[in-house]
Amino acid sequence: MAWDRNQMAERAAQELEDGMYVNLGIGIPTLVANYVGDKDITLQSENGMLGMGPFPYEGEEDPDLINAGKQTITELNRTAYFDSAQSFAMIRGGKIAAAILGAMEVAENGDLANWMIPGKLVKGMGGAMDLVAGVGRVVVVMDHTNKAGESKVLRECTLPLTGKGVVDRIITNLGVLDVVDGGLKIVELADGVTEDELRAATEANIVA
Amino acid sequence: MNKIYPDADAALKDVLKDDMTIAAGGFGLCGIPELLIAAIHRAGTKGLTVASNNCGVDGFGLGILLDNKQIKKMQSSYVGENAEFMRQYLSGELELEFNPQGTLAERMRAGGAGIPGFYTKTGVGTVIAEGKEVKNFDGEDYILERGIVTDLAIVKAWKADDTGNLVFRKTARNFNVPAATCGKICIAEVEEIVPRGSLDPDCIHLPGIYVHRIVQGDHEKRIEQRTTRKRENA
Repeated sequence: MAWDRNQMAERAAQELEDGMYVNLGIGIPTLVANYVGDKDITLQSENGMLGMGPFPYEGEEDPDLINAGKQTITELNRTAYFDSAQSFAMIRGGKIAAAILGAMEVAENGDLANWMIPGKLVKGMGGAMDLVAGVGRVVVVMDHTNKAGESKVLRECTLPLTGKGVVDRIITNLGVLDVVDGGLKIVELADGVTEDELRAATEANIVA
Repeated sequence: MNKIYPDADAALKDVLKDDMTIAAGGFGLCGIPELLIAAIHRAGTKGLTVASNNCGVDGFGLGILLDNKQIKKMQSSYVGENAEFMRQYLSGELELEFNPQGTLAERMRAGGAGIPGFYTKTGVGTVIAEGKEVKNFDGEDYILERGIVTDLAIVKAWKADDTGNLVFRKTARNFNVPAATCGKICIAEVEEIVPRGSLDPDCIHLPGIYVHRIVQGDHEKRIEQRTTRKRENA
């Protein structure tokens, strides 16, 4: 037993507090919006919007209104639009409280890799490097291991970095880990997962 | 002062030169200057260096300039939706300079604002920092990034008046504002040119001082990822 995608998103939603301005990445992080409940959260989309709404009803898609994943979305009564320089001024300037992002690898010192696999996958970093350098808190949500069963929670990242020492918390299908001095600290175990199982799936050093 | 040109071809006619640099607005396919891109395609100008967050998709947006091998180098943050881009890059036909998205936007903004360089913590400790000056401010490292000034800026807005004051619509503003400011010549394509005095001066997104030429036309405005939700039962 472990958390599925939705349970990971639900757990990540607990990181958000009333009144926060938050940026959600593509993939599981996008699902976090489904679990914020009554909390007053403003979602930022780095292509130039605060107050991102849900997907439009069929037939109401607007090509001028998309999110950072290029998906059609809607506005809310609180929405503000702005240009890309302004958008990253608020990101770089530390005005966004938290970013919840996916990752390919995370290391015990908080290094994050999520933008390219040399020779295989060259897509680009988009806004991820700016986000992890600028926002108040970086929470990574990802599967604990890759498809081959190898740990994605490592002593050191092997892929090109998105940011150095930037990750605060890692939420995986197996549990929740914090980046602390000397390694990672177990904060929580997923339903039905033992500490031994989590340790066995983790290459990074886990401190007491 | 007449800034209005009959069409994109006329607005670009005496501006395009091989090996020139161009800043293009848009994010994905949202708010891209599709009419001006099509006119550059028709003109066949080669050896272009283009600063743009993305490079269109196969067969649309800047993708048509790639297909026609008109682009020598891209300065972008994300190129993931374009197979021809990947092919040309991996085969060495196309130069690619990855820029973090916020750094690219700020490089354009800075260039347009007369700021030749700025320090940012974005990319510190990554490949982006390689070869760049590192400076420590208040105990934290920052890297030096250069402002971008291009020969030409091509942008897309919703409305313009005849003096070039621009209004954008929703998230189609994106890179159009910083890109417009960093071009030595800026050409804006718009959906509608409205009479002078009909735009609220308090609601101008980009003042006409940055805009040298304006063309009006019909836009396809293609959607890249059509996502919807189902209506609850009425």
